[in-house]
Amino acid sequence: MDCCGGTTEHEDDCGEVKVKDSIDAKTVEAAKALESENYSAGFSTTIETDFAPKGLSEDTIRYISAAKNEPEWLLEWRLKAYERWLTMEEPSWAMVRYPKIDYQGYYYYAAPKAGAKYASIDDVPKEILETYEKLGIPLREAEVLLGVEGAVETAAEGREKPRVAVDAVFDSVSVATTFRKELQKAGVIFMSISEAVHEYPDLVKKYLGTVVPQSDNFFATLNSAVFSDGTFVYIPKGVRCPMELSTYFRMNAENTGQFERTLIIADEAAYVSYLEGCTAPMRDENQLHAAVVELVALEDAEIKYSTVQNWWPGDEDGKGGIFNFVTKRGDCRGDRSKISWTQVETGSAVTWKYPSCILRGDDSVGEFYSIAVTNGRQQADTGTKMIHLGKRTKSRIISKGISAGKSDNTYRGLVSVNRKAVNARNFTQCDSLLIGDKCGAHTIPYVENRCASAQLEHEATTTKLSEDQLFYARQRGIAEEDAVALLVNGFVRDVLQHLPMEFAVEAQSLLKVSLEGSVG
Amino acid sequence: MRPMLKITDLSAAVGEDSEAKTILNGLSLDVPAGEVHAIMGPNGAGKSTLSYVLTGRSGYEVTGGSATLNGENVLDMDPETRAAKGMFLSFQYPVEIPGVPVMTFVRTAMNAQRKARGEDEISAPDFIKKSRDVAKTLNLDAEMLKRPVNVGFSGGEKKRLEIYQMMMLEPKFLILDETDSGLDIDALKTVADGVNAMRDPSRGMLVITHYQRLLDYIKPDKVHVLAKGRIIKTGEADLALRLEKEGYDGVLGEAA
Repeated sequence: MDCCGGTTEHEDDCGEVKVKDSIDAKTVEAAKALESENYSAGFSTTIETDFAPKGLSEDTIRYISAAKNEPEWLLEWRLKAYERWLTMEEPSWAMVRYPKIDYQGYYYYAAPKAGAKYASIDDVPKEILETYEKLGIPLREAEVLLGVEGAVETAAEGREKPRVAVDAVFDSVSVATTFRKELQKAGVIFMSISEAVHEYPDLVKKYLGTVVPQSDNFFATLNSAVFSDGTFVYIPKGVRCPMELSTYFRMNAENTGQFERTLIIADEAAYVSYLEGCTAPMRDENQLHAAVVELVALEDAEIKYSTVQNWWPGDEDGKGGIFNFVTKRGDCRGDRSKISWTQVETGSAVTWKYPSCILRGDDSVGEFYSIAVTNGRQQADTGTKMIHLGKRTKSRIISKGISAGKSDNTYRGLVSVNRKAVNARNFTQCDSLLIGDKCGAHTIPYVENRCASAQLEHEATTTKLSEDQLFYARQRGIAEEDAVALLVNGFVRDVLQHLPMEFAVEAQSLLKVSLEGSVG
Repeated sequence: MRPMLKITDLSAAVGEDSEAKTILNGLSLDVPAGEVHAIMGPNGAGKSTLSYVLTGRSGYEVTGGSATLNGENVLDMDPETRAAKGMFLSFQYPVEIPGVPVMTFVRTAMNAQRKARGEDEISAPDFIKKSRDVAKTLNLDAEMLKRPVNVGFSGGEKKRLEIYQMMMLEPKFLILDETDSGLDIDALKTVADGVNAMRDPSRGMLVITHYQRLLDYIKPDKVHVLAKGRIIKTGEADLALRLEKEGYDGVLGEAA
């Protein structure tokens, strides 16, 4: 029987058993097995995987490109990046420490062996379905995600508003997309970047690497050479995307570096809200993640990009966990365009991430709202860059860092105002909250101003979660861990408000889980 | 009848081992249900320590004696468990909690207590109605209840918010720590009205105060004088007046 993706252990289950029921039972089992673990997304699925040869070489890149049947120009593009990467050095300026990465020790490409599309739900490897179930994705949607024929319509009808279209990235290959037909009606293109390369080569060619150039930095260049898959979004002129677009990134195969590449273009006067939620299975070995996200907003366009990141942070002693070295940048290319980043970062062992805005168009607006939580031995060095080039450009930075355990949390930000950016304005607020006395919070704001009419404001606070506040809440009857969660939610409130509703709820519970055991 | 709050020979110290300083030293006190007892005493007598030890604040070590609420030893319980059993402290210095609106805070507390007691959570409409009624009694602006707890509140507003929480949570045993400090006469009356409305045959109260003024509005059944970590004198309401007239030294001299 092929329906289990070639593995034998579940063969007996493949017959008449209702998929939904069997998944529920298995999910319960899995959940029970995980009860002792704090990390609720820590499980991995056994399915066979196609790997590129281990390590990084020109051959690896040719393998990836061939596996994806890519056009010649893209292979050349990758190889150029690889050549460049060989001459670069890993950056060391961030306030993070980690063991030396052996770039030859990783697999740079993994795809689920059973392929990406299925004629019916019976053909879908059960393990994949179970993974979705554990992630809380309803079966009907899982069918859609997996590209089961005829599933889109039923799922679309059944789904309550507000609707979210999901592009699931299972390991590296985007398995399927939902709601594609409806989005097509609006003219919205929402697909994996590999597909877009074939279906919309002109658009991809026109914008790929124009916000984050190949040579941008060590990790972005690495990504340019070996990116496996990711999401492509194009919103045509004047179109307001009819639903929130969402991607679940999920690393699954052991030792697989993840190199996502996301490209979002909002044409003139278009609007899109994009959600990126991340969970990863538990791993003992460090996993490398170097994603690149490029956003382009043309005249009067607006892009809202929200992230909840909950990757495996490593165990109490700092063993394992994801290395998260991400380059995210938005280009407000047109006048009056707007790009807004909102992030809730609770996972990963090491985070190195600065979602930025290039405010090129006159009157363009950039925003960065961030909650970064570190606990245990996590290290985060995160912040933003607001590059003011156009006239009357405005930016706003609200950063909330929460450090607990033995962790270190650094805000690093740059506000740069060009000579021509007359009447540019920036407001920056960086607040740090310390829980316990073994953690660190650092704020490193850089300001470069070359324009006399610019108005720049910076506020920063560092506070300790106080015994007084905790006792006050507990005296009212609120248990200690709930009190911590309540106080922390209060601390991050003005950032949570910028998250789409469903993400805000998820983020609140995530904060609580992330800080469990941080007090007392 | 067994007293609601029974404190027997209670001793407590503050600070770490070698630096530990004994504050309460063999304090005994009984408060029956339905009664209001005042505790008066000079600065440094241990009044606030008593309220913190009873409610379980960390940093205080009980070195001897016991305290029971309705027969249950409270000294072994978490602060939140004591709260669920009905112990409430109106803080001398209410704490600011940025970003957490009053209504959210109180509803979280109320439901946490109910959950701990195995009761159902209060519904949103019921909570809002109750909140509106209580706010009205205390002349509290409804807008204030949407603001973060105590942030930017005046001294009087903070104290009224303590009483608001008390009336919302309907505790069984109330400890008011220097509730009159920082209040003008109008605010004092409002607060006292709130406290008096809580007087009930099933409820006990301990009113800790430095001055007699508050007791003009909240009439105590008993007045205890706390000095050097123990109750050195107990009397009727008129003891407070005597203390006001003669000062602590006069009364203490007589007791010693």
